Amino acid sequence: MNAPMNFEEGRPAGHVRERLVVIGNGMAGCRAVEEILARDPGRFDVTIFGAEPRVNYNRIMLSPVLAGEKTFDEIVINTQEWYDDNGITLVSGDKVESIDREHKRVVAASGRIEPYDKLLIATGSDPFIIPVPGKDLDGVVTFRDLDDVDKMLAAAGQGGNAVVIGGGLLGLEAAHGLNLRGMDVTVIHLMPTLMERQLDEAAGWLLKTELERRGQTILTGANTKEIVGKDGKVAAVRLEDGTEIPASIVVMAVGIRPATGLAREAGLDVERGIMVDDHMVTSDPSVLAVGECVQHRGMCYGLVAPLWDMCRALADHVTENPTGYEGSVTSTKLKVSGIDLFSAGDFSGGEGCEDIVMRDASRGVYKRVIVKENKVLGAVLYGDTADGSWYFDLMKKGEDVSDIREALIFGQAFASGGALADPNAAVAALSDDAEICGCNGVSKGQVVSCINGGAHSLDAVRSTCKASASCGSCTGLVESLLALTLGGEVESGPKTMCKCTSFTHGDVRKLIVEKELREIPQIMQELHWTTPDGCASCRPALNYYLLCAWPGEYEDDQKSRFVNERMHANIQKDGTYSVVPRMWGGLTNPKELRAIADVVEKFNAPMVKVTGGQRLDIFGIKKEDLPAVWADLNAAGMVSGHAYGKSLRTVKTCVGSEWCRFGTQDSTGLGVQIERMTWGSWMPHKFKIAVSGCPRNCAEATIKDFGVVCVDSGYELHIAGNGGIKVRATDLLCKVETEQEAMDMCAAFIQFYREDAWYLERTAPWVERVGLQYVKDALAAEGAVEHYAARFRYSQQFMQDDPWAKRAAGEHEKLHQHLAEVRPFPGAKMENA
Amino acid sequence: MIGNWLDIGPVTQIEPGTARTLPVVGGEEIAVFHTMRNEFFAIVNKCPHKQGPLSQGIVHGDVVTCPLHNWNISLRSGKALGDDEGCVPTIPLKVDAGRIYLLRSAVIGGDDQAEAA
Ligand SMILES: Cc1cc2nc3c(=O)[nH]c(=O)nc-3n(C[C@H](O)[C@H](O)[C@H](O)COP(=O)(O)OP(=O)(O)OC[C@H]3O[C@@H](n4cnc5c(N)ncnc54)[C@H](O)[C@@H]3O)c2cc1C
Ligand code: HEM
Ligand code: SF4
Ligand code: FES
Repeated sequence: MNAPMNFEEGRPAGHVRERLVVIGNGMAGCRAVEEILARDPGRFDVTIFGAEPRVNYNRIMLSPVLAGEKTFDEIVINTQEWYDDNGITLVSGDKVESIDREHKRVVAASGRIEPYDKLLIATGSDPFIIPVPGKDLDGVVTFRDLDDVDKMLAAAGQGGNAVVIGGGLLGLEAAHGLNLRGMDVTVIHLMPTLMERQLDEAAGWLLKTELERRGQTILTGANTKEIVGKDGKVAAVRLEDGTEIPASIVVMAVGIRPATGLAREAGLDVERGIMVDDHMVTSDPSVLAVGECVQHRGMCYGLVAPLWDMCRALADHVTENPTGYEGSVTSTKLKVSGIDLFSAGDFSGGEGCEDIVMRDASRGVYKRVIVKENKVLGAVLYGDTADGSWYFDLMKKGEDVSDIREALIFGQAFASGGALADPNAAVAALSDDAEICGCNGVSKGQVVSCINGGAHSLDAVRSTCKASASCGSCTGLVESLLALTLGGEVESGPKTMCKCTSFTHGDVRKLIVEKELREIPQIMQELHWTTPDGCASCRPALNYYLLCAWPGEYEDDQKSRFVNERMHANIQKDGTYSVVPRMWGGLTNPKELRAIADVVEKFNAPMVKVTGGQRLDIFGIKKEDLPAVWADLNAAGMVSGHAYGKSLRTVKTCVGSEWCRFGTQDSTGLGVQIERMTWGSWMPHKFKIAVSGCPRNCAEATIKDFGVVCVDSGYELHIAGNGGIKVRATDLLCKVETEQEAMDMCAAFIQFYREDAWYLERTAPWVERVGLQYVKDALAAEGAVEHYAARFRYSQQFMQDDPWAKRAAGEHEKLHQHLAEVRPFPGAKMENA
Repeated sequence: MIGNWLDIGPVTQIEPGTARTLPVVGGEEIAVFHTMRNEFFAIVNKCPHKQGPLSQGIVHGDVVTCPLHNWNISLRSGKALGDDEGCVPTIPLKVDAGRIYLLRSAVIGGDDQAEAA
């Protein structure tokens, strides 16, 4: 540069220098200017417009400012002196209102007109406001700049209730700050998992539990319907389900949108963000753009790390040394003191992805690394994030991790420890008094002597010295010791529940009760599941075990149910459903039959069939018609027949003493009573009952899960029969004299089966596994029948609400309705279904 | 420009982990998915195996398991995963300001020009 100098100002004469105008005095805008100055300080006359009335500060530190951990002065990046020293004109508190590309100038709100040679747009993002009634009330704030923080602090000064809408990074940081400032905070999050973009279910659950422990109320799966005002100020937030949460301040933190208005109006190419090339140049060569407002190779970013790379490429370009920006891989940390959380890359799983999971329930640690084709694809860490940057680095570089695969999850120190990378070698190196099982205080020496004493399998070790019998986190260590001590002679133990755990179904059931585990992610964390969120075989099982263990408390997890149990009907091969209304004991009447006939005609059901369980099955119902079908059936007094569930199916009866010349007891009446008592209960598997009026057994009671055969002197109660592929006749459980005793025994047997069997185990294989005597003994114990029957009846209180009625009344209506219908005619309009 | 995209309503109308359907008169039914990670996808509601209604399957990650015979279909590519072979057409989708848009031409199979005129 040999431009003539203007000695008064110590810099080249203005008209020779190019004029650079920056819109946006934020993190990207100022950083870009810094980068340019570092390369060529004399190149531009710089003018920066900032809508905010202040110098540039570190926006990400607004969270610590809100939390009272930092002051504004501590987060300023560029002081007024910086602008002055570099000859930069800062026009703060003046928003640019338009860009006149033809005359190359911008016009600000104050009327100030500034000509440019190069224009840099760095307008960042605008918080997204959900369009609900009440969004404009006084007291509804966003979380983007210092003014927002001031508003929150003013509200916090008054104390009271705060509601944060949005459980992402920003929302949780706002909630944390407000909580520390003494407010009662409720976070409303639409999705089932907090920070679902960054966290999987397991980590999201840990985070939620910790935040709840700190006194915040976290509502997931909650949809805001309205912000309720009083005298023009917010008073409460109302959810779609009607819940109302009082609030003196509402923070909207549901997401951001690139601020593209100016660019769009100026006719630049804009999609989600302002379109830029690898040099941050927009569709107009004189206009550049950088930061959150841009869209580069299809991506818009909401974190600072990409901005630094963008600014570098931009400065290289304008100083004629182009390098180019190629996009960024980002990672996330939550800035809430005391919570360590790290997430990077892709963890949605999919073809060829392998999860490596490590959990340590005692320390509250969950680590998951996703590997695909020997490369790290992503990582989610909770509780111990020390290795986050290492995984992130492996991921960004795409390094081959096959050599350290075994030790990867234990972190950098372990993986690079050479010999230690072999877990067996590491265990061999432990001293004899090293503790193996923290839960039960078992040392390495004790485990080894227990193995030498004949415990040659994991299960044998667990039952002999208790190592690994509680939470399972030392299972790997015990397995290593077995391998080291026995060489190849380790016996494989009983089958584990699934590949996600080293525990059997029985262990899991026992531990759920012992440790009072009440949620699926909690079981997975406490029992050290080796997968992030289980699989299609353990999820439905755990859901059932929890339903059974905590009746009335546990909330059924719809995501863990198969389609039939979600839709309350049986899916057929053409995608339609079959509907079986309940007919108590196989009895029906003209009203019911008429309702069924009407449904068949009204909904054009192509077939109606009498089933083997003495019910009528209506075939070919479309999913969107199901609620209407149920409503019609409900109107005639019929409820769901549960022909689709792992639940009580039918009680089949014969006509018995009321009509039949052989009949000994009222088998029909008893069948109806039993069905009224047992319907709606969820079971390990489907459960069928029959009552026959005499040993001729027309109701085929001896191939049912529970069968009653009436005799002159009372009732023979049979169990564990099965038709189907492998026919099994029942075993006689006992004989009782009265109907009441038969009912009680039925309830007790069912409850014992519900509490003892494994998920998907019918009564027949269960009894063969545990032995008939075991079942007889359990029920013969003093008070056992009363005890189990009472538990069954207690749990039935919560089960016997007709799922059809709820659906017909509109529950989960979205599962059934089409979104809309598209009619592709010219000028076609969307029709709401 | 706007005419190229069909606004099919707010994101909240599809519960996370589920799908809803959009029949096209004279065309294929479209299934619009909302995953647990808050991503949205649209594919034709027909399993490449035996036309199972994919909208009724269990959604995990960006995959749906067909309710009929448990094929796994990638919502991103429409391809059957694992040892199964087959592919279901995907429909370009975008989310903007809390609303879901489908690419009009992919939905109705016509060209955009006719529509814009
Ligand atoms: C509370 C909070 C916490 C965050 N925490 C993190 C974190 O932990 N990690 C992370 O990576 N990222 C975090 N972020 C995101 C990070 O702050 C942004 O990615 C970054 O600030 C984007 O920089 P930018 O320059 O594009 O936008 P901004 O920093 O927002 O700058 C844009 C500026 O332009 C101004 N402006 C807009 N339009 C005009 C106009 N027409 N005329 C004049 N001026 C205008 C705005 O007032 C604003 O000052 C956080 C954000 C917030 C709000
Ligand atoms: C592997 C186990 C079994 C499966 C998967 C199975 C599945 C089914 C299905 C899908 C239906 C159709 C229900 C509908 O769409 O409404 C059905 C009906 C029926 N099942 Fe089973 N079943 C099994 C075992 C049994 C066994 C062991 C029995 C007998 C003890 C049995 C007896 C019946 C009867 C009587 C019907 C009604 C059939 C009719 O009349 O249409 N099933 N079963
Ligand atoms: S089981 Fe006995 S009572 Fe019942 S219908 Fe048959 S013959 Fe009659
Ligand atoms: S139709 Fe989908 S798996 Fe068979």
